Amino acid sequence: MSEGLDMYMDYIVSVSDIRKYFTIKEGAVKAVDGVSFSVKYGETLALVGESGSGKTTTGHVIMGFYPPDSGKILYKGTYDLSIPIKKRSLELKREIQIVFQDPGTSLNPKHTVKDIVGLPLRVHGLADSTSVYARVAELLEFVGLGEDFMFKYPHELGGGEKQLVAIARALAPNPSFLILDEPTSALDVSSQAKVLNTLRRIQKEKDISYLLITHDLGVVRNIAHRVIIMYLGKIYEEAPTDEFFRWPLHPYTKMLLSSIPTLTREDEEIKPKGVEAVGEIPSALSPPKGCRFHTRCPFAKPICSESEPPEIVADNGHVVRCWLYE
Amino acid sequence: MLLNIQDLYVHYKSYWYIHKVLNGVWLRMMEGERVGVIGETGSGKTTLLKSILRILPQNAVIPNGMIKFKEIDMLKAGETELSMVRRREIGMIFQDPMAALNPVFKIKDQLYDVIRYKLFAEGYNPTKEELHDHAVKVLNDVKLPDYERVLESYPFQLSGGMRQRVMIAMALISAGKLLLADEPTTNIDVTIQDQILKLIDRLVKQRGLSTILVSHALGMVRQMTDRAYVLYAGDIMEEARTSELFDHPAHPYTSLLISSAPKISTREIGEGIRGKLPDYRSPPIGCRFAPRCPYAMDKCHTIKPKRTIINTDHAVTCHLYE
Ligand SMILES: Nc1ncnc2c1ncn2[C@@H]1O[C@H](COP(=O)(O)OP(=O)(O)OP(=O)(O)O)[C@@H](O)[C@H]1O
Ligand SMILES: Nc1ncnc2c1ncn2[C@@H]1O[C@H](COP(=O)(O)OP(=O)(O)OP(=O)(O)O)[C@@H](O)[C@H]1O
Ligand code: SF4
Ligand SMILES: [Mg+2]
Ligand SMILES: [Mg+2]
Repeated sequence: MSEGLDMYMDYIVSVSDIRKYFTIKEGAVKAVDGVSFSVKYGETLALVGESGSGKTTTGHVIMGFYPPDSGKILYKGTYDLSIPIKKRSLELKREIQIVFQDPGTSLNPKHTVKDIVGLPLRVHGLADSTSVYARVAELLEFVGLGEDFMFKYPHELGGGEKQLVAIARALAPNPSFLILDEPTSALDVSSQAKVLNTLRRIQKEKDISYLLITHDLGVVRNIAHRVIIMYLGKIYEEAPTDEFFRWPLHPYTKMLLSSIPTLTREDEEIKPKGVEAVGEIPSALSPPKGCRFHTRCPFAKPICSESEPPEIVADNGHVVRCWLYE
Repeated sequence: MLLNIQDLYVHYKSYWYIHKVLNGVWLRMMEGERVGVIGETGSGKTTLLKSILRILPQNAVIPNGMIKFKEIDMLKAGETELSMVRRREIGMIFQDPMAALNPVFKIKDQLYDVIRYKLFAEGYNPTKEELHDHAVKVLNDVKLPDYERVLESYPFQLSGGMRQRVMIAMALISAGKLLLADEPTTNIDVTIQDQILKLIDRLVKQRGLSTILVSHALGMVRQMTDRAYVLYAGDIMEEARTSELFDHPAHPYTSLLISSAPKISTREIGEGIRGKLPDYRSPPIGCRFAPRCPYAMDKCHTIKPKRTIINTDHAVTCHLYE
């Protein structure tokens, strides 16, 4: 989680200690509360965590939809990403793309699929009126949609089809960094496998980096190189994917893995046992003192509700924040 | 019987074409039963659920079929009868929470409305305090923290999973008899999902609630349902007790679908089923899966297979079994 300044050059995106609070009548929602991580070139970093823990907000801050309250985000070691998207150069806008969590609302209802996917091609001068059809067809093919979708409107699409169109649109301008916010949540396992294979292939060919936000640990297992776990605005664990599934350290992570409904015996066996999901979900307006997970943690000790757990660096790039490992 | 769907056809009209989606679907369930529906993206699962509630989009037509909920013929029922059913008997968790919630109203107003309509339908007129207490209770049930903030929020101020839980709460209010859950927990982490699934299971046991669960998360379908249907391109391809369906799938499509599921025990991703769903403007005349099926025979391309019973509670629609 903490990296020396000199290491920025190895990373396409480095986020250090960003905060984003939303002020409302009831107080300040501490959506992102001191988060640091870096994404390597050609890497898929999975951002996993509790619902409402600030994953989407983190993605939107990187996109420049709203600036962070504090902290720093660097792109390719030089570009400052705390500036809003409107002030970014056209080239920078092309390089950083996002697939939104609610694909339905991000597609212009008045445009056909061809215009939706074709728009970024035209904005960035990647296709003209004669070549746009063929390129859109190719992008749709990447995600497994046929040409019969070209002239459909968003309201004529099923949930998964909207998601596929949103992915095709994000890939259209050849981004270098792509934020995928729950990209396959509406896809069946077969379409999902195809999309994941496509994303992997494009990554190999173009060295593109992905920040993958997801609740689906099967997807994480299959395409992420590293995983970070967020809980209530903070990062509690970080590890390479294999390590993460084999030796999860943080109690929340163990609870996550043991709550996955599995399909096969092999999957059942790899799950940690006996960490049942219980307890009250804490408030983001007044997060619990100490470790924010202590209200739900089966292993909590007295100190957990007193002070923030320290960052413990274990082997193989595995980092955890928990008093158990002190 | 709680719900009986027979020979249901649904077509979508667009300017130039007719998309022939549901192609003679059936589904039967008893009171207290938990039924799953699985199938690829675009197979018509949402279309099926929406036709039960009669809330299909305007360009949809139902040229043929029967949907009977208890004694009510849903395809012939009038608006008053339908709204009674929607307010207190059948609740639906929509796949896209953002589209189901109204962006310009606070959660409070939307939730109060659902509660008020349900109580009206039962002949009771609640006070403001009662509405508030009821709302807080249901938000607690779906494990939403900060309920005062949530009530005062507009949908865009909540995270994806928080919106989804608000919607689950609304659906549970109206689901006196039957809960239609369309991908109910896609935006919620598995620890909270686990708690919500347990809540639904408790309602099944206590209130005798029945559920239809549509989900791509096959592990969840396995855990949460007693029987399941496989829908492909608008046709029911297989139905069986859930454990039998996953352990001994009979239809080639079902086997291929199950084997595409991502696993946490390996890094390998399946290939997915080759090919794509048919074009609904001119779907195959025989078995709709024939163009993609590794076992397809000549007659598969010309004759629509019939439902064949191969075991207790296990039926399959495939020429290999006729
Ligand atoms: N515009 C906003 N105004 C007020 N609060 C907001 C706003 N956007 C997000 N929040 C709050 O910030 C917190 C984090 O939300 P965020 O959408 O980042 O969560 P998430 O990790 O993406 O969750 P999920 O997995 O459910 O999508 C939530 O409590 C949410 O209600
Ligand atoms: N209003 C509409 N007009 C035209 N076609 C439509 C309309 N709504 C849905 N369709 C088409 O009908 C088919 C079935 O859609 P439906 O939403 O029922 O699928 P689904 O099985 O729920 O898919 P998913 O798993 O992606 O949610 C799709 O091909 C879709 O494009
Ligand atoms: S620090 Fe304490 S409360 Fe937090 S996860 Fe570790 S043991 Fe549990
Ligand atoms: Mg989110
Ligand atoms: Mg659907």
